[in-house]
Amino acid sequence: MRPTFPFFKPKEETDKSKIFKPSRRDFLKVSSLATGGFFLGITFQCSGPKGSDLIFAPNAYLNIDADNLITIVAHRSEMGTGIRTSLPMIIADELGADWSKVKIIQAEGDEDKYGDQNTDGSYSVRMFYEPMRRAGATARHMLLLAASQKWKVAMDDCYTENGMVHHTESEKSISFGDLVSEVQKMEIPRSEDVILKPFSDYKLIGKDIPIYDAKDIATGKAIFGADVDLDKMKIAVIKRCPVVGGKAISVNDTAALAISGVEKTVKIEGAGLPAGLDKPLEGIAVIATNTWAAIKGRDALEVDWDLGENKEYDSAAQLQEMLKSTEEKGKVRRARGDFEEAMNSASKTIERTYELPYYAHATIEPPAAIANYSNGKCEVWAPSQHPQWARGAVATALGIEVEDVTMNVTLLGGGFGRKSKPDFIVEAAILSKEMNGPVRVQWTREDDLHHDFYHALSAQRIRASLDGSRKLVGWNHHTVFPAIGATSNPAEIHPSDGELGLGCVDFPYDVPNIRIETHESKAHTRIGWLRSVSNIHHSFAINCMMDEVAEARSIDPINNALEMLGEDRNLSFKEELDGDFSNYGESIEEYPWETGRMKAVIQRVAKEAGWGQRLGGNKAMGFACQKSFLTYVACIVIAEKGDDGKIKVSDVHYAVDCGIGVNTDRIRSQFEGGAQFAHGLATSSAITFKNGKVEQNNFDTYLITRMPQAPKKYHIHIVESMEKPTGVGEPPVPPYAPALANAVYKLTGKRQYKLPFSI
Amino acid sequence: MEKFTLKINGESKEVTAEDDMPLLWALRDMLGMKGTKFGCGQALCGACTVLVDGEAMRSCSLPVSAVGDQEVVTIEGLSENGDHALQKAWVEHIVPQCGYCQTGQIMNAAALLNRNPNPSDEEIESSMAGNLCRCGTYNRIKDAIKTASQNI
Repeated sequence: MRPTFPFFKPKEETDKSKIFKPSRRDFLKVSSLATGGFFLGITFQCSGPKGSDLIFAPNAYLNIDADNLITIVAHRSEMGTGIRTSLPMIIADELGADWSKVKIIQAEGDEDKYGDQNTDGSYSVRMFYEPMRRAGATARHMLLLAASQKWKVAMDDCYTENGMVHHTESEKSISFGDLVSEVQKMEIPRSEDVILKPFSDYKLIGKDIPIYDAKDIATGKAIFGADVDLDKMKIAVIKRCPVVGGKAISVNDTAALAISGVEKTVKIEGAGLPAGLDKPLEGIAVIATNTWAAIKGRDALEVDWDLGENKEYDSAAQLQEMLKSTEEKGKVRRARGDFEEAMNSASKTIERTYELPYYAHATIEPPAAIANYSNGKCEVWAPSQHPQWARGAVATALGIEVEDVTMNVTLLGGGFGRKSKPDFIVEAAILSKEMNGPVRVQWTREDDLHHDFYHALSAQRIRASLDGSRKLVGWNHHTVFPAIGATSNPAEIHPSDGELGLGCVDFPYDVPNIRIETHESKAHTRIGWLRSVSNIHHSFAINCMMDEVAEARSIDPINNALEMLGEDRNLSFKEELDGDFSNYGESIEEYPWETGRMKAVIQRVAKEAGWGQRLGGNKAMGFACQKSFLTYVACIVIAEKGDDGKIKVSDVHYAVDCGIGVNTDRIRSQFEGGAQFAHGLATSSAITFKNGKVEQNNFDTYLITRMPQAPKKYHIHIVESMEKPTGVGEPPVPPYAPALANAVYKLTGKRQYKLPFSI
Repeated sequence: MEKFTLKINGESKEVTAEDDMPLLWALRDMLGMKGTKFGCGQALCGACTVLVDGEAMRSCSLPVSAVGDQEVVTIEGLSENGDHALQKAWVEHIVPQCGYCQTGQIMNAAALLNRNPNPSDEEIESSMAGNLCRCGTYNRIKDAIKTASQNI
């Protein structure tokens, strides 16, 4: 299967979903729990691989049994966003289910059964809101019909609530379970006969609903990747080549094999270069009876490496080269008017550069996967964001059919894009085949930081030209960073259209002359995607520059943004681009860039935060805004200087318009968490390379936010909206760092041009 | 290999292991107790926190041979039915996102409340500074600890 990037993934699913009745056997494939009752499946119309015919794939199952237990299959991966709760909530609410009697089970990775399961790109609610509603409404329709026939009353006089059908005119009521035998005999209604509830009737959607797994997590019962135990399972820890693309020349495993518990060493053939997004790195695995023996054995290995062509790679030197390149004319990716002319006739041009480092995902759960190969078949358990990609990659690596790989998805101890890549799962599969039995591959924290798919380092230069009346008349943005695609294809030396659509070419401000350019850079490590991807660096540069523009215009930054967004209208960037506008895989007609919605979140956040009020000398506010993943976000950070001279963030205000909010508590939690995540990117985290190797080893050198440094208070203002829902996993991240930098400037008089900056 | 008798959650458990094996791996690999998590192996993230004689310890860096006859409490033994005031508060405040670090957070918070039943914000922050959460749940953790401190 071709790797799919979240930001230029074409939308394959449509809302032309169909509801069907799966056999009991179909359901049993995903659940041994349901023993009887009424089953309902949903098919989403999916396009197959490019050009092929449409196929129908059942995506989700619903079961109602005679004991009133409702079982819903969650087919997207849970990494902390709450999706395992939010999608079933939608079905349950339309159905009128008793939420306390809903059981959620996790689907295996299977494209034929569930369609696209790639949990990435803040995509799940956007894609599945309508189909989930239709599924719930279809089941409700059938239950109402069954009850009304039983009572010989009009169906319109019946309604569902809390797992019961009620008759409005009388005291009659009956539980869903008691209707199961009638419903089983019914045909699925025509979709035009199924009526969705009005929003005002929802009891779960739009409310704060606790996540399904909260108690299991708090009691230690929740199952993450490494928690799966199989009989006679061996543990593998791998010494991988410290430089991407290197190869092992010779191995001395005498000391490793002498360690009690170590049984064997196995060489894993690496992909070499290009490293690819779904292949293991070259490494020597130590197989042991327990994790500790495997770790000790790995540390005792002596390997002579041919480090390959990246052996002298120095990230600081590359960043300087990249920065230098932005002085030259680059490849023009968006053009409006004549920037050169605007700059030449400008009364003032502000020119700034911005530098951001590599970032590692650093999920607290390091990658781990379990594989059990026997007789040409392989069963896998893994914390995977993209189980189908993993399934295909395992099949390819083992030389077996995709159908012979069973892919079980555990909870993910954090994902942020790292666990989309199946390299660690493939390692487990290869070793299991070698051992002809179950193997768990366990990455250590050092492995995780040394061998990630990093967020790319980046250099940017922005020139902003003002005319004599202090109007911003010219915008020239140079951006350079190794493309994700370069990890698989070294010929990709410019950022892709998709990556530029993440906060760069979709620059929304009304400036008459715009020129956006890119420059060449190569990938010397594995580049991947991290929560909000290129929005991280683009939003930082643009929002920091806009703050300087406002200052140069002697206008308040909020007023500046509102004025420059211009009239309420829909923007379309296409005609000014050399390339495609990805719009997160959606058509610009269906999901336009609406300046009015952006202005509304800016006004809301300003009002809620009390923008403009006097805070006293030791406090200051900073502002930034960014639309990403089709969600409109404005952010105000209030920074406070303590008596010790250190700056802390006292408050973070976000206003967010993500259309209809499904689980408002999880929207807030994503914004709280997004701010904390971005606080680390802004103030402490960085990955650097010397001699081809990552210099950071663990959480003592790769610094992520700890509780004392975290923002003290979050205020999340959710715009009430009936627009189509959009995602919230990634959109909190981009505006945070520039809002903080702009607040720090007001406190200290010092602008920030590099991340991370210490406060 | 040596045989160790450990007191875990009020029970006596036998483990045969190398004496340098961290308690974390004895719990997870030898005793099948998966609630205690591996995060860094260097006592830097707190995901593996357990109580040893009531104090929070990073089990990834505590050799099994150093445990002796001290009482070990893991998340599995914090309460009979998952109804410790902290666990209840964790659910009430919907603290977890991915949830991976949370058992370590709860055990560390339990040790904090053992020695300081009414911690201030600053005391919570300094006591919890060794427990990392990448999803960003610190403020809800703080709120949950305060709620639990009222109900303990």
